[in-house]
Amino acid sequence: MKYGSEYRDPELAKALVAAIARDVEGFAGQMTLMEVCGTHTMSIYQHGIRSLLPAQVRLISGPGCPVCVTPIGYVDQAVAYARRPDTIITTFGDMIRVPGSTSNLQREKAQGADIRIVYSPLDALGIAEKNPDKSVVFLGVGFETTAPTVAGSLIEAEKRGLSNYYVLCAHKTMPTPMAALASDPELKVDGYICPAHVSAVIGSNAYQALVDDYAVPCVVTGFEPVDMLRGIQLLVRQVVAGEAKLECEYSRIVKPEGNRTAQAILERVFEPCDADWRGVGPIPASGLQLRAAYQKFNALSALPVEVEEPKEHEGCLCGEILKGKIGPKDCPLFRKACTPEYPVGACMVSSEGTCAAEYKYGNV
Amino acid sequence: MKNDIILLGHGSGGKLSHQLLDELIIPTLSQVARSEQNDAAVLEGIESKRIAFTTDSYVVDPIIFPGGNIGDLAINGTVNDLAMSGARPLAISVGLILEEGLLLEELREILEAMKLAADKAQVKIVTGDTKVVPRGKGDKIFINTSGIGVFDHDLKPVGSAAQPGDKVLINGSIGDHGMAVLASREGLELQSEIETDSAPLNAIVARLLEEHGAAIHVLRDPTRGGVATTLKEIALQSQVDICLAEEALPVNDAVAGACAILGLDPMFVANEGKLLVIVAADVADAALVTMQACEFGEQATMIGEVTEVSAGRVMMRTAIGGLRAIEMLAGEQLPRIC
Repeated sequence: MKYGSEYRDPELAKALVAAIARDVEGFAGQMTLMEVCGTHTMSIYQHGIRSLLPAQVRLISGPGCPVCVTPIGYVDQAVAYARRPDTIITTFGDMIRVPGSTSNLQREKAQGADIRIVYSPLDALGIAEKNPDKSVVFLGVGFETTAPTVAGSLIEAEKRGLSNYYVLCAHKTMPTPMAALASDPELKVDGYICPAHVSAVIGSNAYQALVDDYAVPCVVTGFEPVDMLRGIQLLVRQVVAGEAKLECEYSRIVKPEGNRTAQAILERVFEPCDADWRGVGPIPASGLQLRAAYQKFNALSALPVEVEEPKEHEGCLCGEILKGKIGPKDCPLFRKACTPEYPVGACMVSSEGTCAAEYKYGNV
Repeated sequence: MKNDIILLGHGSGGKLSHQLLDELIIPTLSQVARSEQNDAAVLEGIESKRIAFTTDSYVVDPIIFPGGNIGDLAINGTVNDLAMSGARPLAISVGLILEEGLLLEELREILEAMKLAADKAQVKIVTGDTKVVPRGKGDKIFINTSGIGVFDHDLKPVGSAAQPGDKVLINGSIGDHGMAVLASREGLELQSEIETDSAPLNAIVARLLEEHGAAIHVLRDPTRGGVATTLKEIALQSQVDICLAEEALPVNDAVAGACAILGLDPMFVANEGKLLVIVAADVADAALVTMQACEFGEQATMIGEVTEVSAGRVMMRTAIGGLRAIEMLAGEQLPRIC
């Protein structure tokens, strides 16, 4: 494999590994660093980064996978829409296999529901345009990385005068849950590896309050191995020095103020709302809901459906895993009742889920 | 009006069926004269004491994609399955299930690709069947091919024969077929130049066995599930650990890029013209030279080794020096790629 990019340079990476080992020399305790981004989770596993870090540095995964933090009740709602006559469900692929209380979208599709995987909400818009006699519901899941594209699709739907395109909205925002976890007494997070793509939209300044209020070091970093190791090194140095500041290793992509255009599109279509995070629970002002002017696109109000009572699967510890309190191997269902073929919880389904990553790459 | 699509009548067994067979299918695929057409093909002059027999069905969507179509895929797939057992592919059957409304022009393109692929692999299409299903009950065209192969030697390369110390070779870049199909799918406007790697591998296998004999321990084509899944199967069958070097894995830049965009791992993406060779360490370099001298083997390279007797783990030493496990593909990474 070629490594055109300096951010994949094996020599540079090995030098960083050695430097991190020197940085923690003499550090008596253990430090826990949490990443809150599914792509970081995958990168850590894919490059075998854990196996390279000194014993004092422990990496844990937080609620960074948008599919995983979506409550089971949302899947039940999507299933109810899938069963609605003359309705087409459009969704990113990851949602298809997420278990609901008694069914999932994959199962509904096999039984005749019209469910289509799209790569962008604009594709969903196209499907709505081609099927004027059907209601097309897009499953709006994701952080500030996907929410602007959904907002864009609604602005476009209005422009094109579409009246059969709806969004089932469960968008969530950073960094509110990071604050919730920072104040959790059971969980001692010594430093945050802040998300990369999300930060490109919201800007690195978004984490300043977290640093100020909770005295927790925050470093924004990219996905490549050299990015990851540099980010980890910056955090390790802060923890060893007893500092707490905001640093950005990913300034080639992330600006302090973020992407103003994307922010403006979000602001135009969405407003903050309280949101339920699977595993973490309800967090005030951590979600996005459609503004009044866009309520006509809200599937929930425009297309009422009856939804079953949500019921979490017994023994599933996704919640604890999403909070970083336990690792996948600590869950009694892991690799036994819960596998990628028959997932019990969302962490095993999403390609960015902690359990899926551990299952796929962690058995060393 | 000239008819240009498949009609239900083409599967009726009556006049339209005969027309389709006599005017398109038989002339394109086999050129067997009407007077020689019987209910079964008879293969004569087989001296081999062992016969390899395999079958596979092809349902890829889309049916035509960059670098190939479902037709050559169906021939190469069965040729390769035979070849991996060490056999010389001899004869192939073709079962066509056509959906009402399929363009005759597309069918012609597919049949022509089948004939070309069969000629290239030096295998004969000796028997076949055609059915037509009503529109909506199929997806344009499904193809089943079965194949028979004979052995010119007593060698038995099998998945359970990998031994500690053996080297792992592959004949070229990984993930091309799966990404070519995915990139050409509707709704995914990936402007890419990725082409399928669909190719017959029987010539490489014949040369390897001829020149290195019993030192060739395992031969496998990493199709669905990719290199990761196939190596994991071998590790489990042989009860050994296999360790790969990430830097040694050949991945085309376009494939690596498309995988990165879609969140896929090329290790799990399907190939249709690749073979994994597990070979005794002392002839590994010579086996590489043999492969590199063959068509479809020019890019052959060593990607790892069998390390020890174990419960069957596959691991990868990453480019930055880390270690990660490799498991089988669980569920589907991509739907319907072959």
